[in-house]
Amino acid sequence: MMGKNSSACSFEEKESDKSLSVAGRRIGSLVRQLAATSMEGQADRDGDLRFQPTAGSAVSAFQHLEQAPEDPILGVTVAYNKDPSPVKLNLGVGAYRTEEGKPLVLDVVRQAEELLIQDRSRYKEYIPIAGLVEFNKLSAKLILGDGSPAIGEKRVATAQCLTGTGSLRVGAEFLSKHYSQHIIYIPVPTWGNHPKIFNLGGLSVKTYRYYDPRTSGLDYEGMLEDLHAAPPGAIVLLHACAHNPTGVDPTQDQWEGIRQLIRLKGLLPFFDSAYQGFASGSLDADAYSVRLFVGDGGECLIAQSFAKNMGLYGERVGALSIVCRSATVATRVESQLKLVIRPMYSSPPIHGASIVATILSDRNLYYNWTVELKNMADRIISMRHQLYDALKARGTPGDWSHIIKQIGMFTFTGLNKDQVSFMTAEYHIYLTSDGRISMAGLSSKTVPHLADAIHAAVLRLG
Amino acid sequence: MAVIDNSQLSLCQKKFDGLRVGYAFAKRKSSSSLKVKSVSRINMALATDVSRFEGVTMAPPDPILGVSEAFKADTNDLKLNLGVGAYRTEDLQPYVLNVVKKAENMMLEKGENKEYLPIEGLAAFNKATVELLLGADNDATKQGRVATVQGLSGTGSLRLAAAFIQRYFPGVQVLISSPTWGNHKNIFNDAGVPWSEYRYYDPKTVGLDFEGMIADIKAAPSGSFVLLHGCAHNPTGIDPTPEQWEKIADVIQEKDLTAFFDVAYQGFASGSLDEDASSVRLFVARGMEVFVAQSYSKNLGLYAERIGAINVVCSSSDAAIRVKSQLKRLARPMYSNPPVHGAQIVANVVGNPTLFDEWKSEMELMSGRIKGVRQRLYDNLSAKDKTGKDWSFVLRQIGMFSFTGLNKAQSENMSNKWHIYMTKDGRISLAGLSLSKCEYLADAIVDSYYNVS
Repeated sequence: MMGKNSSACSFEEKESDKSLSVAGRRIGSLVRQLAATSMEGQADRDGDLRFQPTAGSAVSAFQHLEQAPEDPILGVTVAYNKDPSPVKLNLGVGAYRTEEGKPLVLDVVRQAEELLIQDRSRYKEYIPIAGLVEFNKLSAKLILGDGSPAIGEKRVATAQCLTGTGSLRVGAEFLSKHYSQHIIYIPVPTWGNHPKIFNLGGLSVKTYRYYDPRTSGLDYEGMLEDLHAAPPGAIVLLHACAHNPTGVDPTQDQWEGIRQLIRLKGLLPFFDSAYQGFASGSLDADAYSVRLFVGDGGECLIAQSFAKNMGLYGERVGALSIVCRSATVATRVESQLKLVIRPMYSSPPIHGASIVATILSDRNLYYNWTVELKNMADRIISMRHQLYDALKARGTPGDWSHIIKQIGMFTFTGLNKDQVSFMTAEYHIYLTSDGRISMAGLSSKTVPHLADAIHAAVLRLG
Repeated sequence: MAVIDNSQLSLCQKKFDGLRVGYAFAKRKSSSSLKVKSVSRINMALATDVSRFEGVTMAPPDPILGVSEAFKADTNDLKLNLGVGAYRTEDLQPYVLNVVKKAENMMLEKGENKEYLPIEGLAAFNKATVELLLGADNDATKQGRVATVQGLSGTGSLRLAAAFIQRYFPGVQVLISSPTWGNHKNIFNDAGVPWSEYRYYDPKTVGLDFEGMIADIKAAPSGSFVLLHGCAHNPTGIDPTPEQWEKIADVIQEKDLTAFFDVAYQGFASGSLDEDASSVRLFVARGMEVFVAQSYSKNLGLYAERIGAINVVCSSSDAAIRVKSQLKRLARPMYSNPPVHGAQIVANVVGNPTLFDEWKSEMELMSGRIKGVRQRLYDNLSAKDKTGKDWSFVLRQIGMFSFTGLNKAQSENMSNKWHIYMTKDGRISLAGLSLSKCEYLADAIVDSYYNVS
């Protein structure tokens, strides 16, 4: 046990320690500790009940651990929470806010919860490893469309997972165990958590060009070139719609070109669908890219999230679907997905999936959901226009039309790290250092403040 | 409709000059939701129609959860599911605790939002869980020496800890009891943590092989982790005595090992939260650094909500801060942040004195019913087994499970002949047994034990 006043720096791992075993490092630290404490006042020890010379391990097993930095995205909210300014604005995390700046629980979600809680036949026993059967069916139908032949032919293996992250991770682990190619190509830029998920899931990560800062749009040719250069069978991560963080999506024609190339090269598409219905307001339109690929009969993986489109963020609801060439393969694939899931968390949480299943299976609730969904999407689109107009009104230098061209929750402003820091320091506006702002966190009241901040940042540090 | 016009085609072709375009996609009838016009100038088809997952083999059903599946498929009236450790009432119905229903109603009334939790989980839950585990007045908590991260019940918390061990103690092994919960090995395997076994169950006494356990732990390389079941060992139901726990702690301290507790039954085993945590508290009181994975699946009946925690008791608050930050870093690429619903339920129950007391009563009821069933089963076995075999281990074992001593073939006889479903290691879940079925079960056990080898 270490004395109360012992400073951590006395026990920093020395360079020479790194080559030692755990025990060796501990002995090294112990020696330094004894040297240090012998110089400290005896009073410290005597008054300190925690110092137990007889404790087997006088030195922590965790000496060699460093403090990890805050997650770059979730850390923005941490910093925002600490700020006492009354005008602070959180445009970091992609969580929808109302015009009043409040989190929103959808009416249909509340109604579904009421139904669930009143249903006396419900209990809380473990659900199957691959999740609620009804939820899985409805999720697959939602993304693939009614009457999708892949579903009709039973070629889709679906497992309920912990929202987008969990679906991607389970998919990655499955591929690293059962697929011959362990390289995944991700777009530049992409959601910050993607490379970590895939690395820890056992895949190695390469990139393909995606965002063109000169046009604030898609580098289509660069994308095709990089995918063309990929080894056969390589996995390709595609944002189904509302690319995060740029908001730049391929057009329908571009999707067709991408599809043809991917099929030509025998690459394996892995869709991340986190915004179905939330991007354009239409569930079908936002599923276009996925359905285009599945429609050609080929295979793909799809990670679905209900965090945004049903506002179920904290409930962690999502699904991984693997569209296979045949029903027999799909059955075997599903059985192996269970072997990935069981040692990770045994089976997924019931609550969020029950809410989703309740809504998707009830005509009225489903319809009302689509209305609420469209309202959210429309509000965000309106914020885009308001921000664009506000910048034009201020005469802020630069072409800001990408704000209204980009789609989904986020705008890639094009602001650099220094400009972002300036906006945080001077205007108490919190966003990720890549210049991404969550439009969902804006309101008509706060748009002027943001426009002022951007204007000042561009002028000061343009 | 998606069509690539000729100008784009030539662009594509320019880029892909030299590429063999001899592939053609098998023609698929277009789905009603999408029409894709085929392009005559590029034949896009795969050289083969075979799935890239063709080589994936069919996985065997999970040995534990698969039992319930087999049970469901059985149409016999006498069937009994003694597979999964999920508590059932005397009527063999699933049981949602009253305090849970009350908490959920409170939550709905309050209108809690569904925002992302922090990566480490719900603060109110984390505070409650460590107090439950170590006691409200515990020094380690007061000194900020415990790193707590909400996890996906026991499994998820174990997996986080395993990932942490793999990263920060690479090559260091975890010692697990022989036998242990079947999923432990899978968790460490998938996390890339090497493991080895220490002797635990003695089939001769149907009790603890204490000397073997101590010898194997003593022989472990310094720095190893030792996985211990805090109470109600799964699958055997055999726990060390308090004196034996002291000795185990002695050895772990002497050999500079780290204790790693799996606490899945706190309050459920004896009916007392404090008593069931005494092994963990003994270690912590000695100033040892320990890992503790907790689950609320059984004691609050929250199985499907996946609520638990990983706690790391460190020797300093500085270490605890660093450890917690690294645990978060492992959780983020696994599921980003944990589910809120189960955490809210626990926080509401523990944080409300009335509900908390009511919970303790419900736990006593549940563990009481299991003790009652043990007694009845023992009585029936003693009456039906004319050989005078000592079945009292059924009374001595603790918790949801009993290790009957039946082997694989005998366990299969239980299912095939008697329609009683259990795991092949001879483990039965008493939580799935009613007083009225004890006699039938006793008949089956006696038959399988003596007539099948």
